[in-house]
Amino acid sequence: MADCEVKKIATRESYGNALVELGKKNPNVVVLDADLAGATKTSTFKKEFPDRHIDCGIAEANMTGIAAGLSTCGKIPFVSSFAMFAAGRNFEQVRNSIGYPHLNVKIGATHAGITVGEDGASHQCLEDVALMRTIPGMTVIVPSDDIEAKAAVMAAAETEGPFYMRFGRAAVPVINDRPDYKFEVGKAVVVKDGTDMVIFANGVCVAEALGAAEKLAADGINAAVVNVHTVKPIDKDTILEFAKKTNRVFTVEEHSVIGGLGSAVCDVLSENYPVKVKKIGVYDRFGKSGPAGALMKEFQLDAEGIYNQIKAAL
Amino acid sequence: MTNKELQLTAANVRKGIVTAVHSAKSGHPGGSLSAADMFTYLYFEEMNIDPKNPKDPNRDRFVLSKGHTAPGLYSTLANRGYFPVEDLTTLRKLGSYLQGHPCMTETPGVDMSTGSLGQGVSTAVGMALAAKLNGDSYRVYTLTGDGEIQEGQIWEAFMFAGAKKIDNLTVIIDNNGLQIDGKIEDVCSPYPIDKKLEAFNFNVICIDGHDFDQIRDAFAKAKECKGQPTAIIMKTTKGKGVSYMENQAGWHGKAPNDEEYEQAIKELDEQIAKIGEA
Repeated sequence: MADCEVKKIATRESYGNALVELGKKNPNVVVLDADLAGATKTSTFKKEFPDRHIDCGIAEANMTGIAAGLSTCGKIPFVSSFAMFAAGRNFEQVRNSIGYPHLNVKIGATHAGITVGEDGASHQCLEDVALMRTIPGMTVIVPSDDIEAKAAVMAAAETEGPFYMRFGRAAVPVINDRPDYKFEVGKAVVVKDGTDMVIFANGVCVAEALGAAEKLAADGINAAVVNVHTVKPIDKDTILEFAKKTNRVFTVEEHSVIGGLGSAVCDVLSENYPVKVKKIGVYDRFGKSGPAGALMKEFQLDAEGIYNQIKAAL
Repeated sequence: MTNKELQLTAANVRKGIVTAVHSAKSGHPGGSLSAADMFTYLYFEEMNIDPKNPKDPNRDRFVLSKGHTAPGLYSTLANRGYFPVEDLTTLRKLGSYLQGHPCMTETPGVDMSTGSLGQGVSTAVGMALAAKLNGDSYRVYTLTGDGEIQEGQIWEAFMFAGAKKIDNLTVIIDNNGLQIDGKIEDVCSPYPIDKKLEAFNFNVICIDGHDFDQIRDAFAKAKECKGQPTAIIMKTTKGKGVSYMENQAGWHGKAPNDEEYEQAIKELDEQIAKIGEA
């Protein structure tokens, strides 16, 4: 999707902008950060509402606990850090201090996946969706673009209970700017209908999957692309509908193929409609340093790479 | 409450602890008993709470960061009227609302789910911060173990509370000197606890955790202190009140058998009689 005419924006920017909008609407919204306000874009909120922005310093575990405590007193805390720390370092804090008591804490994790780029493997979280979706009652959302990311933040604030939202560092094309687009937690979006196969994707991979579908179309293959932005609770009905309709299922995610969207889709299909699934993602390995675009190519997660992997699996 | 009334109540709280753990055939009596006087003072004297309205938004909050001493908290809540004392024998049993570690969604009066050491203080800081943000006057109390402060997250929370001057927060450290593997100074010494907390901008008060005059005085000083959170470091005896459990690390997480249970109740009844005579 190297289309120069398409507007691009990083979903972390969308997160920061949505928080400001939310802050104006709801005085109970507070934002916590761990010395990464500039990077996670909560600095945008801080500028507008300095009294409601709590910088906890480089202490993510404590930040998570503080958010839990704030939520028991009626606040709606948005906890922000890189996915590596928000979900990785903090897994147990999220599980025990937020998940177990089912508290109204929203985790905004930025810099997820390989598109972190040059910082390399230590900061490229490829396991967060797997970790977060194992926590009972946790809603897990991986938005695909600016519009969806903002909608997810708004929905999270309006819905009681813990949310994990995964945002990216790199600018991604705006793909949901159309009149019929509607965001609903737990409801997948059919981005392109098709009959020969279905590609379930989320996050930055939706735009890339669309690019792959275009290439497949040139080969006479009519692929559906379904954006499964909510990994949990997953949209069982839409997954089954498209699996039954096409009988050929692919999943694409900027995440390990172990435990993420692909696994969630397989969980639904193996119990309800066993069909062969090819999971496309990061294959049990760590990331690398490099520009985001080059990494997407290297890991075969750009449109070309996805197309090639699908063709090889046919 | 007079000191005598507090002592009597604490002895009954101790009976509830021993009874609950004996019935469960597992659980943590040692650290529950060492903190029994503190639990009693908090719920019967210090905190602004109402057992009939456990979710009152204006209530004071308590977070049991050393969540394994749930029997101490449960027995106190039961004696305070949050739920029937008889229910203490359901501790840790399938279907009971008294889980092995505190669960705020199950038990009336429990303000935070805890059990994984090191996390409770952070949540208490969050509650105290919420009061500051809202301009509310409630206070927040949290109890940690002296072994628990080996957890790194505790110091993140202390650093934050000190740096941000969270003066509506009181951290109580139960310094009974023992943890599962032995003496805290042998396992991995957290001493000097007072100097460390002073360096973290805490108003530090060191007391005997079994002396109600000292406990009373410490909380009065905590309330007066502005611009600093307070830490009450209380020297206690692990297993306090049951002779064979006192100062024995082995009674950290072990239930008394029937014979031991009878002896514990006998000893506590004798203490109650003695307090009554005094």
